[in-house]
Amino acid sequence: MAGGGTGVPGAVPGWVDHALLPLLNLLAAFTLSVAVILAIGENPLDVLGLMVQEALGYPEAIGYTLYYATNYVFTGLAVAVAFHCGLFNIGGEGQATIGGLGAGLVGLALTGWPWPLAAAAAILASALFGAAWAWIPGWLQARRGSHIVITTIMFNFIAASLMTYLMVDVLIRPGQQAPESREFDPGVWLPSMEQGLGWFGIAVPPSPLNLSFLWALACCVLVYLFLWRTRWGYELRTVGRNERAAVYAGIRPARVMIVAMLISGALAGFVGVNEILGVQHRLMLNVVGGAGFVGIAVALMGRNHPVGILLAALLFGVLAQGGAQVAFEYPSVNRELVMVIQGLVILFAGALENLFRPRVEALFRRRRAAVSTIQGRG
Amino acid sequence: MPVPVPPALETRAVNKWFGANHANRDVSLSVPKGTIHGIVGENGAGKSTIMSIVYGYLQPDGGEILVDGRALAVRGPRDALAAGIGMVHQHFMLVDPFTVLENVLLGAEGGWTLTRGMARARAELTRLARDYGLEVELDRPVGDLPVGAQQRVEILKALYRGADILILDEPTGVLTPQEADHLFRILRALRDQGKTLVIITHKLREIMELTDNVTVMRRGEVVANVRTADTDKERLAELMVGRKVQLRVDKRPARPGAEVLAVEGLRVRDPSGAERVRGVDLRVRAGEIVGIAGVSGNGQSELLEALGGMLPFAGGRVRLHGQELPSGGLDARSLRGLGVGHVPEDRQRVGLVTGFSADENAILGHHDDPAYNGRLLLDRRAVRARCEAEMEAYDVRPRDPRLPASGFSGGNQQKIVLAREMERNPGLLLVGQPTRGVDIGAIEFIHRRLVALRDEGKAILLVSVELDEILGLSDRVLVMFDGRIVGEVDPAGADERRLGLMMAGAAAG
Repeated sequence: MAGGGTGVPGAVPGWVDHALLPLLNLLAAFTLSVAVILAIGENPLDVLGLMVQEALGYPEAIGYTLYYATNYVFTGLAVAVAFHCGLFNIGGEGQATIGGLGAGLVGLALTGWPWPLAAAAAILASALFGAAWAWIPGWLQARRGSHIVITTIMFNFIAASLMTYLMVDVLIRPGQQAPESREFDPGVWLPSMEQGLGWFGIAVPPSPLNLSFLWALACCVLVYLFLWRTRWGYELRTVGRNERAAVYAGIRPARVMIVAMLISGALAGFVGVNEILGVQHRLMLNVVGGAGFVGIAVALMGRNHPVGILLAALLFGVLAQGGAQVAFEYPSVNRELVMVIQGLVILFAGALENLFRPRVEALFRRRRAAVSTIQGRG
Repeated sequence: MPVPVPPALETRAVNKWFGANHANRDVSLSVPKGTIHGIVGENGAGKSTIMSIVYGYLQPDGGEILVDGRALAVRGPRDALAAGIGMVHQHFMLVDPFTVLENVLLGAEGGWTLTRGMARARAELTRLARDYGLEVELDRPVGDLPVGAQQRVEILKALYRGADILILDEPTGVLTPQEADHLFRILRALRDQGKTLVIITHKLREIMELTDNVTVMRRGEVVANVRTADTDKERLAELMVGRKVQLRVDKRPARPGAEVLAVEGLRVRDPSGAERVRGVDLRVRAGEIVGIAGVSGNGQSELLEALGGMLPFAGGRVRLHGQELPSGGLDARSLRGLGVGHVPEDRQRVGLVTGFSADENAILGHHDDPAYNGRLLLDRRAVRARCEAEMEAYDVRPRDPRLPASGFSGGNQQKIVLAREMERNPGLLLVGQPTRGVDIGAIEFIHRRLVALRDEGKAILLVSVELDEILGLSDRVLVMFDGRIVGEVDPAGADERRLGLMMAGAAAG
């Protein structure tokens, strides 16, 4: 049809899309948070100030924040890779749990090995285990049309049940009540950042932050290169954007979808390296602690791009670490209230991502039209 | 001095902006009562925009609309209908499982119970059918009717609501020549009874055949208001494009060489399992263009998709360069390896990934080619260079390899696809609807490239629903109906009436 609207994407400058809109969403979330804090009779400035202070105010706090962010980078990347293939993988929680199992088995098996080899083995094992857990829903979606949202969420429950069984009946350290394995040989522990930086003579206070943070950064780069710079990433994105065009190009969508889920599951599985080999040094229950779900919000807020995901993961790291401290300091602010604030950020950054978009875009288009009119007539 | 009769419909200096795009610039036109008025222009010329404003879908940013000399504030289709303006859309707005009567009644039920409205509508529709030759069976579900009849239902809907001015947007796009003739008879009957008709089209032949006056638009502006009798096709095309246009395809007789594609008894099922190609035989030799004419939906799309590797063969044999293909067919990647280029019918949903940049689209299907790959990473410089060269050769505008494909106009999108498929020296080129939704200027270019490719000795299989295009380009024309080739026509001396009957399945070749 002639003269239809020119729906050109990127009609607004890039910085609006990548910076202004996320900031507006964030602002909206904090405005509502302020109202909630006021409602329970606390001073919002004090509470939010403490939150930032406890997350970024001193080196130890930063260590904790980055430790949380490490998990969120892994799960955020996992969601993003699947998303670029048109798949909504909300099974990061289960894939991370099973990835942790893989890392833990390596930790238990490799007593006496030097830590670099153990770390490499654990990365490989957690990737394999996470990928295997994502493979089943991926295969079911690609070959049988079972909806991936349904199957991945079911696999979260199956993973939790499986871990409970293994920890209670199989891997538990004999003679104790807690469902935990024995501690790994300290030689295979993934060095903490305190140790790692200590080798270079840099002193930082102890925190759960460990070398898997560097692996998370490397994964950001690798995921970027894979998705946008290789032919395999090209195929993956083609399938995600337009399956018919993929068939036209001779790409087999089913196979590419399965590969995308394998990569997604492997990335989620790396949470296990951070938690099991880097922090807990033993197999136990509930180590993932919701990071799989936070990854969805991180990917959405980060626009499914590694740079955005890194930034969003840092923000959620601040919320996790700062929030925990606020709950500790303020008797009236309990964990649930912190979750409300986190929930608001997820709501505005994720679910209501397009709340302000139409108005902001209209504003820019009108301004540009006005400019071109002036130029046209001047 | 007689009092001048005000025009049935008039627009005065109507302006409309879409963002930075000035879609209508001071559009003024006037349609005398009891005439058929044509509006022609290329895609994006603003002809649909001005009619959408008249019908109330869009609000103008300035200007006036007058009906019978009275200024009208149209805030929505309801106001337009109240003023006696009806519209027949390119894509029908009908509820398939409802009967004709129910569809006409929809939104004009006239009361709590349907009984009275039904009876009244039945009487009124019978009268309209008699007066204007608008015969349709009132109690058949609309989905069971042929396209031409569905269009008559749309016209009946508008007339039943009391329309005196009827706007038709690209009314013949989906019709066979016979159905189009039938439509023209109806439209002339309506005019002779005092109705006013506005036809939006890009087909100049229809303008010349049907209209009394014509408005030519270009880039949102009215460039001419003329009496149809005072102009001709070449002159109109020049006005539309802004320069002289070659309407006829100039080509020498074909000099066919060796057989490139041989298809015997091919059967193809669509993804839902319905057999859409039901035993097709055809041959394409090097250096010839074989056209497949037919009303869309008769299996041409599935034939092309199967030969392009998008659908498996369900039966039959296919030889390519003398080599027999496996009985189920090959996938698109293998076929490209054998030198098959494929310009799909639907460039936006098949031929391009609209969210990808132009240069990413330039390697779609060829992304495995070592020319664009290092050991691990894509060689972005090579990809970009390739795209830039193709954009230069095909005059794609804007010449920006980083722009998403969705940011190009339809004609330029088509050029991106054509360049990708034609510039890789294909032995066999499958082409579907090469100029659908493409500007006249670009059509000329595309036709010249196809003929040039033929003259280089390539075999070309062309599917198009544009009869003029099929007849103008092809060296041999096969007619397809209901999944079968029903006859062959020599394009040079084609009798369009017989061709139309074959397309409608009414005559054997």
